[in-house]
Amino acid sequence: MEKTIELINERIRDGNAVVVTAERMPGVVAELGEEGALAEVDVVTTGTFGAMCSSGAFLNFGHADPPIRMERVWLNDVEAYGGLAAVDAYIGATQQSETRRDQYGGAHVIEDLVSGRRVELRGSSRGTDCYPRRTIRTELGLEDLNQAVMLNPRNAYQRYNAAVNTTDRVLHTYMGMLLPNHGNISYSGAGVLNPLSNDPSLRFIGPGVPIFLGGAEGMVVGEGTQASPAGGFGTLMVSGDLKQMKPEYLRAATMHGYGVTLYVGVGVPIPVLDLEAVRATAVTDAEIEVDVVDYGVPSRGRPALKRVSYADLRSGHVELDGEEVPTSPLSSFRMARQVASVLAERVASGEMTLALPTRRMDATKAARPMRETGQGPRVRDIMDRTPVSITVDQPVTAAAAKLLRGETNHLVVLDADGRLTGVVTTFDISKAVLRPEKAKSVADVMSRRVVTTTADEAVDIAAQKLERNNISALPVVDGDRRVVGMLTGTNLSKLIGRGRK
Amino acid sequence: MKLMVTFSRKRGREPVIAQVVRDTGVLINVERAQIDSHEGEALIEVPDESCQLVRERMEALGATTRRLDRTILYDRDECVDCGACISICPQDVFAFDPEWQLVVEEGKCVLCGKCQLACPHGALTLQL
Repeated sequence: MEKTIELINERIRDGNAVVVTAERMPGVVAELGEEGALAEVDVVTTGTFGAMCSSGAFLNFGHADPPIRMERVWLNDVEAYGGLAAVDAYIGATQQSETRRDQYGGAHVIEDLVSGRRVELRGSSRGTDCYPRRTIRTELGLEDLNQAVMLNPRNAYQRYNAAVNTTDRVLHTYMGMLLPNHGNISYSGAGVLNPLSNDPSLRFIGPGVPIFLGGAEGMVVGEGTQASPAGGFGTLMVSGDLKQMKPEYLRAATMHGYGVTLYVGVGVPIPVLDLEAVRATAVTDAEIEVDVVDYGVPSRGRPALKRVSYADLRSGHVELDGEEVPTSPLSSFRMARQVASVLAERVASGEMTLALPTRRMDATKAARPMRETGQGPRVRDIMDRTPVSITVDQPVTAAAAKLLRGETNHLVVLDADGRLTGVVTTFDISKAVLRPEKAKSVADVMSRRVVTTTADEAVDIAAQKLERNNISALPVVDGDRRVVGMLTGTNLSKLIGRGRK
Repeated sequence: MKLMVTFSRKRGREPVIAQVVRDTGVLINVERAQIDSHEGEALIEVPDESCQLVRERMEALGATTRRLDRTILYDRDECVDCGACISICPQDVFAFDPEWQLVVEEGKCVLCGKCQLACPHGALTLQL
């Protein structure tokens, strides 16, 4: 048996359609079987509610008198993109206020507008013959705008890798606070309720499909940016009328140490036309897997420590290296459920009918990383290649003599095999002078806990190490802990002089 | 009852908490303490009925005490029930109920402040 979209829409209009949320679908299939579920259920509704940084809205302000072609636009001190003719702007969710930093941003502007609050518009222009005005300042509410169209380039990630931190310090990320030494795991996404997880082949989700967006009826524009459905990481570009949206489903937020973001409620109704649709919407949390990746590694290829399912993550604990690590989400499952339920009511009541995609999105697509034509500076490009070293058994006076030559403030200390074992600074020598009885050899005064870098490490990462540890030099070591150079603050300042090409 | 006790070196170097435990026989639970060379602060928990007695003895020994009727203030209107606070809390103050709504057990809080930073929606504020 197969059903058509026309049949389902007819049932919706007649008020006879059977609509269930994606959370209930596995139970329906278990009870009625796949054929039974196909006969019984017409529509499965999905929902997700979480931080969706790649969100924003196009606003049209109407013309002022005398008219202005705004080149730069601010809303409550948050800059909006104004490179769109005269009186249009795009306010992006993560753009931060120039005065309130991460406590207020584009997401808050959107939330304020949708909550019925006025925002201050500031604009500037160089002035032209047709648009003579150079500045404008006024207060506007959502009702004063001609159009306010939410257009989110990347929403509703199909799934998202969970985050952990194996370093010994707290990390503040867009995945929330990550405690040191894998003290917690943070994850995001609604699992069983996630729209794309219920249609991974993209048969029913695509351009033109009506959806729930921020409380209003919106639609799928098409493939979201960075969509990678081939690997299970599809995304959606979605749009809707901001004027119809509700503040409950658009909530501005600040991730400490990261910045502003917008929590968005998105839900997609999926028509149950055939057995394949039944199977896809019967997906469970246990079947949707993600990696637990280490955000302590500051590179694109963060290592995956474990493969887990949303069922594991939602249980509250995941075992990692023999320890029970607590997990918690950043997205709200309660709100995801609410989105799916409200959407189900709207469809069941005939308020909203369904449509098939105007064209199919490519389910085999995989996102590529950035092509970098010039490699950013690496430690090897700026390091001192002739570090001054001393062996661990030498007297303190020998170290003092080397430091006094003035070439460096840091001596690398080598063991008998020539491997790095410590660092001695002028500060260590000064301490030794105060307590000569306790400090005879280099071994007695050196710092043994040495933070190091490697020749191919990005300079930005090495600079972060210097800053974070409040030190002024990093020995550069190879895989064998042999010192091949030294990176100091002085090396870094040369880089600034070169203009960071 | 939770008390925030502030010590100052200027007012003596007595082992205040130990002294009060010995003098009063009240078992004091130190939940959090931060003490450096000049002054210190400790969050302690004492049985409600002994609260007055403990405070009097501590004040007599030069410490100041402040009763904490609340620990973490939870703004239900700002909360979206995301759960970002749950796994970072060392005291298991936060949990989901069966409907995935956040439940806050204020009494377990030791005012470490992590959740105030971690909450994306500014729904949690330390009462200090």
